Amino acid sequence: MGRKECVAMLLAGGEGRRLGVLTKDLAKPAVPFGGNYRIIDFTLCNCVNSGIETIGVLTQYQPLVLNQYLGIGSSWGLDSREGGMHVLPPYVGSNGSTWYKGTANAIYQNLGFIERYDPKYVLIISGDHIYKMDYDLLLESHKRSRADATIAVITVPWAEASRFGIMNIDGRGRVTEFAEKPKQPKSNLASMGVYMFSWPALKEMLIRDEADLGSSNDFGKDVIPKMLEEGARLFTYRFDGYWKDVGTIESLWQANMDLLGDKPGLDLNDRSWRIYSVCPNQPAQYVSPTASVQSSIINEGCVIEGEVYHSVLFHGVHVGEGSIVEHAVLMPGAVVGRGARVIRAIVGDNAVIEDGMRVGRADSDEIEVVGSGERIAEHQLKEVEPV
Amino acid sequence: MKLPMLGIINLIHETDEMGVLTQGRCLATLPFGGRYRLIDFVLSSMVNSGVQKVAVFAHTKYRSLMDHLGTGKNWDLHRKQNGLYVLPPAIEDQNDFARGDLYHFYRNRDYFAHGPHEYVVICRSHMICNVNFADVLRHHRDQGADITVVCKANSGNIVGTARKVKVDESGRIKEIQDHFGRLSDEVVSMEMYVMRKDLLIDLIETSLAQGCDHFLRHAINSRLDQLKVSACMYDGMLGVVNNIASYFRHSMELLQPEIGRELFFRPGPIFTKSQGEPPSRYLTGAYVNHSLIANGCEIDGIVENSILFGGVKVKKGAVVRNSIVMHNSVIGEDGSLESCILDKEVQIRPFQQLRGVPEMPFLAIKRKVI
Repeated sequence: MGRKECVAMLLAGGEGRRLGVLTKDLAKPAVPFGGNYRIIDFTLCNCVNSGIETIGVLTQYQPLVLNQYLGIGSSWGLDSREGGMHVLPPYVGSNGSTWYKGTANAIYQNLGFIERYDPKYVLIISGDHIYKMDYDLLLESHKRSRADATIAVITVPWAEASRFGIMNIDGRGRVTEFAEKPKQPKSNLASMGVYMFSWPALKEMLIRDEADLGSSNDFGKDVIPKMLEEGARLFTYRFDGYWKDVGTIESLWQANMDLLGDKPGLDLNDRSWRIYSVCPNQPAQYVSPTASVQSSIINEGCVIEGEVYHSVLFHGVHVGEGSIVEHAVLMPGAVVGRGARVIRAIVGDNAVIEDGMRVGRADSDEIEVVGSGERIAEHQLKEVEPV
Repeated sequence: MKLPMLGIINLIHETDEMGVLTQGRCLATLPFGGRYRLIDFVLSSMVNSGVQKVAVFAHTKYRSLMDHLGTGKNWDLHRKQNGLYVLPPAIEDQNDFARGDLYHFYRNRDYFAHGPHEYVVICRSHMICNVNFADVLRHHRDQGADITVVCKANSGNIVGTARKVKVDESGRIKEIQDHFGRLSDEVVSMEMYVMRKDLLIDLIETSLAQGCDHFLRHAINSRLDQLKVSACMYDGMLGVVNNIASYFRHSMELLQPEIGRELFFRPGPIFTKSQGEPPSRYLTGAYVNHSLIANGCEIDGIVENSILFGGVKVKKGAVVRNSIVMHNSVIGEDGSLESCILDKEVQIRPFQQLRGVPEMPFLAIKRKVI
């Protein structure tokens, strides 16, 4: 195996418990996003567009759909002879089988995979964020500061700072303090969970971390604080583009809404930074004479006969005559009957909203969720009421 | 789901009256239906029927064909065994170029020689349909025919040029005439022929030995009394697309949802090269009605009764009516189109107005700036 300058390790085992019914049978990185994609497409394409074409994808929770989707990586051009994309599930070794205990342990268990490529640098990323980032610039910055590790950081609103790994830096971007999910954050500079490591430094840290029985084997909780404590060269790389952690229903819905409007926060049409996904092979979308569509993104195979406003429609969605869909996300194959209303909601794949039903409310703060394959009919009005 | 049948898509001397639309491409790769090329329909039909080895006999302007077909991956034809073969003309001098299809078949006879396939199906690219060739083969065997031709009855509204067929009560073809023939039967040939492979090889060699080199004109038409040539009737949607009027007519027919659903899904799905475009964006100025829109479009104007291919931009205040707009074309602000066909990457300047009529749409050549 030829030597690679940089290997990416993509953590895709996320259970995504806070996404509720949407991740019942699905790992979080496989949740559909943006009308045509799954969450993991964004990090995979960041790698491809940055020129990193050796990627280990670490899977664990509900991997069936994710594995099927990833295949051999051909949809992203990652089915190459040397390198390419490899799915790395937990496995039974000579010391018995172990689940990935934490993010650092997951990488530790795959040291053998990384060693085969003998890289100079290892990029650690996760498959549950929506952003377009050139990792090559991160690598440049890492090399320039001769760092052991470089952490990509972004400024977040103070109110949200306690959800993230928060750090203080000196004038040259070197990390002076780091706190994982602090109750009283001292700054609003948050870790994006994107780390560039020099491989020897990472390897040594992972071996020591594994030997430490008190450690929870997590990058944010254990490895990074330990490195800081020992005086390792930890630097930051400031990112100021669009970035969203889509871990909750609210943030998943909001990130979809961010794609809409005439000047969206995240531009999917940027030809210099294409986002690829598996092609669903559907005919062009059909917009009927009774339809009206505005401020929305719509994928192939949709048939629109009703009104769609400020919404995201995945492939094969049907919106019947007289229905109104507003501020909503309709996942692949969802069907909205006639005269129904879907407002401020996420409708799972192949779910059916029958004629005249109402899902979600314009005046509610909550985002209504309909699980995949669920059928909203008159006789099972839980939180749903007819129009 | 595996047919003992070789597929041949014969692009040699295809009838083509498409003007500027086929100036830089062969008829087989003419864009159709928002995201397809003509050849996708017959190729997908073959694949869905279980034909696992397909040769495309390319003839002229086949760069777009090579680009579109690639390794055959999108049709699941990138195989270790069988798969897709694009066979450009293997000619010795320029004069051979103009010779008939049998000559070109003969030059590529290695393709036929090997392999276990007992039957062949020979098609052209311009028949827009969704056919199950397993049914055609069953018909062929049941009838004990030498050659089976897929035909369409009640063809009164066919606008493209197609050969007319006279069928007797037993379903045997008595006569095949060119489109200008006076035959009054409303049956046309879909130019899809099923026969045993050894019969085809025999026809090729015998005809060439007699100095004849056209498959239909010489090999079949002159032997209608010796060979049992049977008609297998196809009752799905058919568009014969080889002139501008038929292209426009059949494109617009796709706007009737029943026709589109049938053509694109039954009996199997139509596959094509995926462009990896993002979903289409409808902006605040969008007003779209009775239209087919492929992915990657950005619409901030009015689109009615039209077909937009991938990546088309309709700027604010622009109006597109009864038109077909191919990939990545841009309609500038307050521009307007009525009964137009724009090839790929055409740019319409702001306030520009273009108007054709359905019988004679305005045509714009690829990359033109108007």
